[in-house]
Amino acid sequence: MKYVVFSLSLLLNISLIFVLGTRNVLPLPLGSFLSVQEGVWQNAEPVNLDYNASMNFDGLQGNVDVYLDDRLVPHVFAEVENDAYFVQGYLHAKFRLWQMEFQTHAAAGRISEIVGEKAIKFDRNQRRMGMVFAAENALASMQKDAQTISALDAYTAGVNAYISTLNASDLPIEYKLLGYQPEQWTNLKSALFTKQMTQTLAGYDRDFEFTNALKLLGEENFHILYPSLPDSLYPVIANGTVYNQPTIAVDAPASADSLYFKRKDTIQFVEDYKPNPANGSNSWAVSGAKTKSGKPILSNDPHLGLTLPSIWYEIQIKTPAFNSYGVSFPGLPGVVIGFNDSIAFGFTNAGRDVKDYYEVQFRNADKAEYWFDSTWKKTSRRIEKIQVKNGALVNDTVAYTVFGPVVYDKSFKTELSDEKAYALRWVAHDSSNILKMWMLLNRANNYNDFHEAIGHFNVPGQNMIFSSKAGDIALWQQGTFPMRWKDQGLFVMPGSDSSYMWKGYIPNEENPHSVNPVQGFVSSANQRAADSTYPYFIPGSYEVYRPIAINRMLASMNNITALDMQLLQNNNYNVFAEDARPILLKYVKKEGLTAEETKYLDLVTQWNLRNDPGETGPTCFTAWWDSLHATVFNDELLMGKSPMIKPEKFVLLEALERDSSFKFVDNINTPEQENIYQQVTIALKKAAVQLVQLEKENKLQWAKYKNTTVYHLLKNNAMAFAREGLMNGGGNGIINASQHDHGPSWRMVVEMTTPTNAYGVYPGGQSGNPGSRFYDSFIEKWTKGMYYKLWFMESAATDGKKCKWKMSFASK
Amino acid sequence: MKFIVSSIITAALAFAFGLFLPWWSIALAGMLTGFFIPQKLSLSFLSAFLGVFLFWGIMSFFMSYSNDHILAKRISMLVIKRNSPHLIILLTAFLGGITSGVSATTARAFAVLVKK
Repeated sequence: MKYVVFSLSLLLNISLIFVLGTRNVLPLPLGSFLSVQEGVWQNAEPVNLDYNASMNFDGLQGNVDVYLDDRLVPHVFAEVENDAYFVQGYLHAKFRLWQMEFQTHAAAGRISEIVGEKAIKFDRNQRRMGMVFAAENALASMQKDAQTISALDAYTAGVNAYISTLNASDLPIEYKLLGYQPEQWTNLKSALFTKQMTQTLAGYDRDFEFTNALKLLGEENFHILYPSLPDSLYPVIANGTVYNQPTIAVDAPASADSLYFKRKDTIQFVEDYKPNPANGSNSWAVSGAKTKSGKPILSNDPHLGLTLPSIWYEIQIKTPAFNSYGVSFPGLPGVVIGFNDSIAFGFTNAGRDVKDYYEVQFRNADKAEYWFDSTWKKTSRRIEKIQVKNGALVNDTVAYTVFGPVVYDKSFKTELSDEKAYALRWVAHDSSNILKMWMLLNRANNYNDFHEAIGHFNVPGQNMIFSSKAGDIALWQQGTFPMRWKDQGLFVMPGSDSSYMWKGYIPNEENPHSVNPVQGFVSSANQRAADSTYPYFIPGSYEVYRPIAINRMLASMNNITALDMQLLQNNNYNVFAEDARPILLKYVKKEGLTAEETKYLDLVTQWNLRNDPGETGPTCFTAWWDSLHATVFNDELLMGKSPMIKPEKFVLLEALERDSSFKFVDNINTPEQENIYQQVTIALKKAAVQLVQLEKENKLQWAKYKNTTVYHLLKNNAMAFAREGLMNGGGNGIINASQHDHGPSWRMVVEMTTPTNAYGVYPGGQSGNPGSRFYDSFIEKWTKGMYYKLWFMESAATDGKKCKWKMSFASK
Repeated sequence: MKFIVSSIITAALAFAFGLFLPWWSIALAGMLTGFFIPQKLSLSFLSAFLGVFLFWGIMSFFMSYSNDHILAKRISMLVIKRNSPHLIILLTAFLGGITSGVSATTARAFAVLVKK
């Protein structure tokens, strides 16, 4: 009996400890996870936590005092500039370590190490895109510049100084959740972070889908559905600007008609993990002539995926060389968007296509040679080793060509043959030191300094906006942009012939720009940079409607205040609907509509054209227009059963404005000829089915339909750490670009008065710890379109006392 | 009396071990008191259970309380899919208690075996 009792008890005991200690039975090892001394309770940060501290580290040359204000924004005062980067690294790690490592693991294709085999495909995609190759090239450039590398070394040392203080119980929650440990930070990780941003902002392309569209629709129809110049284009640089002839002209190869524009086949595989084409931004600067204070005001709101922890970390850095304030990227030294004593700077994405695919012919399945300029040329091969959590090591061989890495071959896309493959030419792979730009921007005093700084930036191409206390405003589209012959790079190019390669880059000085224009403002919102007179072919993924809304408002405004600019950033007026609604209302046939359909029609008719949170009009309008878009285009897009991409919404609108008998209106799958009246009405009927359902779920109101959500970086795996159902307005194509999980990731308004009058807010909080009151503390204000006054401290001696906490750093 | 002392010792050992050992050291604490303090099996279980139940329960409660239950709300959503800080604290206490209690029982049963 005693033996039985002992055995049963022992068995129960072992099972219990096993079950509570492993991830193989329950999703979480609840024993260690809930342990009060080791688990998540240790991350429950007391709401009145005292952040005061005094620390000594090797590697610091002088003293650094960090004043933390009541929003947990650090104001870093360093006696030696590089010490400031050390402390910035320390603070980034202290408040955002998990995110920094996770994002750079993602860039490097190392997520399988953390989450297991479900991420192998993602990791292979990253490796094959050449992300690590790109980061290595970037780091090599950074190492050639003493200023950059010493700053980066200090930053990395600061991150590692924090990591070395950690024990198991101090680890951020996500490490406990996923069961792994942080590793040492490296300069390469910072370089990887820049490539992650590059992928986000200059990684979108439609080469394969366009190639299929060209083959299936023909050249004329292709250009109708995917035009490069919208009728309603309001370019970054005002229409009518006179451009010089290009310094170098590039011509299409003689074989282009047969080899490039007339392909024999379509491409059947689907590209995964495309970045969101809505990644973009608004920015504008108004001159003193248009403001109440007589000083310029600069505004910027970058639109990115909304995440917790936020992509941004607010900081002020004062060194003997400069005093700058703004948001930084956890992972990089310096202020990325912000201002200093003399100037302010911001960015929007250029959206230019700097990513082309070339179809290469391997000699055989070895991928050792490919056909190039009438000979078999050797590839170099990079073996990517992907370590899978609790599992095997996956080796992936990536062949490198003169263009770059072969992303798609049979080993990755089984639709392909042994020989046919696609190599990637991407500016992201070229060596460059983009950190140098921020090193110089943080200390820039005037327009010339700004101009010199941005010349160091190659990718992701940006519209760089500037204003100064001296009264200047400026905007440059800056980046390394290939010179292209017309239509080069829209489609997959032949990889067997060097004449299809890029022949050079547009000289920086020929990039579109505007300095102190007579209209009194500069603005950009991801639209095409220049009108048709710009002498280069500049394809890309461009926004049409936000810039129209912004420019119309700025042109009409005078006596502008910082508050006016805040309100403009939160403007919900729908310029697209202003033009599109009349089309719907003109062609809908009211007779024969059901009571429900009539009701939704009325809601659209009576709508005030604002995507405000409580409106039902935008929901009904959006459903109706999307339904019309699908009704008009899906028959053509689905006919080839090959991957295709939807035409942009301006295409249908402008086509119908020009001509109601637009040829794509007809449904090619029916013998009858449908007209626009029928299609608009059918679209309403289809939309009504969806709207009835939404109404049942109480989701007809725009904010409820949109359900703005700031996801945790682990997305659906950590909804408990997300903020769902934020009741705000805005949307795609609207100045307030808040979509479901995407939108203004930082809103900033800086008035160049003395003292500087600056405001900002982002949808997150300074701490990345879901157990901190600072985790999501800015979200309420952000949702309501409100701002914090940014406290630009001049001197530690006087302002420091008003801060809540102080951290002192000194050398050992 | 022995019961209460046994509980207190288990909790104290669990705390001390937890300073430098992983979470399963609460089992070690239960085993030590279970082995060295002779009680009926059921009392061995209960005293160790109670010791760590209270240790983990009280400690997690105070940590959560000073945190305004910010984290507990999120963790309860994550683990038990409902917003209840108190339930997640109770679960914490229970898991600590049961681990320690069963360990004490095993050790006591073993002690009875080897004494013969």
